[in-house]
Amino acid sequence: MNLVLIAEQTLNGLQLGVMLFLLAAGLTLVFGIMNLVNLAHGALYMVGAYLTTYFYQATGSFALGVILGLAGTLVVGIVTELVALRTLYERDHLDQVLATFGLILFFNELIAILWGRAAIYSTIPDYLSGHVELIGNLRYPLYRLVIIGVGLAVAILLWFVVSRTRLGMLIRAGASNRAMVAALGINIRLLYTIVFGFGAALAGLAGLLSGPIYAVQPGMGELVLIQVFVVIVIGGIGSVRGALVGALIVGMVDTMGRAFLKPALATILSPSAAETAGPALASMLIYLLMAVVLAFRPEGLFPSRG
Amino acid sequence: MALSPRTWILLALLLLLAAVPPAAAYFGQPFYLDLLRRVMIFAIAAISLNLILGYGGMVSFGHAAYLGIGAYAVGVLAHYGIHNGWLQWGLAIGASALVALAIGAISVRTSGIYFIMITLAFTQMLYYLGISIEEYGGDDGMRLNVRSQFSGLIDLNDPTEFYYLVLAILALFLYLSRRLVESRFGLVLQAARSNEVRSRAIGLSPYPYRLAAFVISGALCGLAGALLVNHTAYLTPEFMNWTRSGELMFMVILGGIATTSGPLLGAAALLLLEDVLQGWSVLPKWVHEHWQLYLGVILVLVVLFAKRGLAGFLPGKNE
Repeated sequence: MNLVLIAEQTLNGLQLGVMLFLLAAGLTLVFGIMNLVNLAHGALYMVGAYLTTYFYQATGSFALGVILGLAGTLVVGIVTELVALRTLYERDHLDQVLATFGLILFFNELIAILWGRAAIYSTIPDYLSGHVELIGNLRYPLYRLVIIGVGLAVAILLWFVVSRTRLGMLIRAGASNRAMVAALGINIRLLYTIVFGFGAALAGLAGLLSGPIYAVQPGMGELVLIQVFVVIVIGGIGSVRGALVGALIVGMVDTMGRAFLKPALATILSPSAAETAGPALASMLIYLLMAVVLAFRPEGLFPSRG
Repeated sequence: MALSPRTWILLALLLLLAAVPPAAAYFGQPFYLDLLRRVMIFAIAAISLNLILGYGGMVSFGHAAYLGIGAYAVGVLAHYGIHNGWLQWGLAIGASALVALAIGAISVRTSGIYFIMITLAFTQMLYYLGISIEEYGGDDGMRLNVRSQFSGLIDLNDPTEFYYLVLAILALFLYLSRRLVESRFGLVLQAARSNEVRSRAIGLSPYPYRLAAFVISGALCGLAGALLVNHTAYLTPEFMNWTRSGELMFMVILGGIATTSGPLLGAAALLLLEDVLQGWSVLPKWVHEHWQLYLGVILVLVVLFAKRGLAGFLPGKNE
């Protein structure tokens, strides 16, 4: 085990962490403000990946593909909110879970009708591919560094919007007392739609960034969605800060577990036992982490006030 | 004791189910025997979920875990050449109860969305555990070459005998769940669901009741898992897929939450609907290929507009 490998895996963990954060931020805001459990958040991630890949291939320009893909996801998100989710805000969690579960089936099949069930090939433009020489002899893919940069930039932007702008003030006010905000003459329905569209665009951004790294296929949203649930449960539901910390923890723990658990176990167990136990334990690690966190902090690390 | 109209309907339904094997044999349609056996097994799982979801108000989004544990208990013992059904099914129930105790001890403390996500996450953990154990087939799963054997009392390889066994267990579960709900235990559970603060105020601590209900529910669902693996004669981690948990919840809602007959009606409606959307040659091809699209829309519509479920259409009041 050398330092280069550790540094590389740390960067991988960071990259997974910021991806998870982009998804978790939208999900946790939607829950914190509208009190809506949205399982279909992963579907928007999938929509973002598909639209961007499609527009990139159609226009030949990656930048144009990204812009159109983001705008498309925003539109899909807003339409979904207006048509289906708006009526769910007043319902209990059970109804929300089931209805958004229905939306997942709908979106997955819709994508399968439009683009087929097989994974589609998503590429990176030339100027983003290749490796960069970092300290020592660590060569790291440029594209993954770009993801980390974009994710951190979004985190800062989000912090600025939520804590320094009028919109952010309304969002925070809406999270702590909806009725009061509405009574003060704010159009709360419009606020909900804006927040939902915002969250959808962030999910779409995560989807389009991860397209070239992971497979773009129907159902791609669900695998990551459950990890995002773990993130926001650990971070504290409704808290953007919690989402960031939770995402980085989960990203690190998952990546490190997959990279180093097997060799680490091999030092105490027999090689064949480590061969079996390593991957099994690595894939369960973030859920175990969640259980431990909840045993001590049932409301997550950063419980949201209000 | 006079039986309510709903109980009569339920009894009539069970009698109808009992009449299926001779009818299927008469019309030469053994397929329906298979389909209805599947319906009844899922009804058993849905009954167990209804105990905590309907009467306990605990929205468990991970009930497929116990289907998986029950199935793996049978499959793993069979893998090592132990085909004794008493042992296999006993292990299925016992292991499910133990896992439910562990998951419940952590998750029952929480409520609302935390409960939903924790139960989901634990099931996901077991799902990945199933995928990563190569010894038991990993991703692909494994065949159950020999079905559970019950000292020659009953032969599960005979479709009719297996069918009647499932029917008997279903009837027993319907009866047991009714008795449980009407017992003092069930009343405390329902009181805590409708008003937790008030039930605490009269001196009832909901936690042990909820945890007990969670364990009972898991154990019963483990038996459904043991039945399911004997039904399919195949075992995969997909038994624990999170969409399976969603389907079980949908069965309970579709049939009518917190009703005795709801889980049976819901399981029948969902699985028959799936069968119709997938298989009926009358429907055009684009419906077969993308049946989940329509299922998804139907699900959303049911949740938005038909909250009382199918049992709401039955005469008499909700139990």
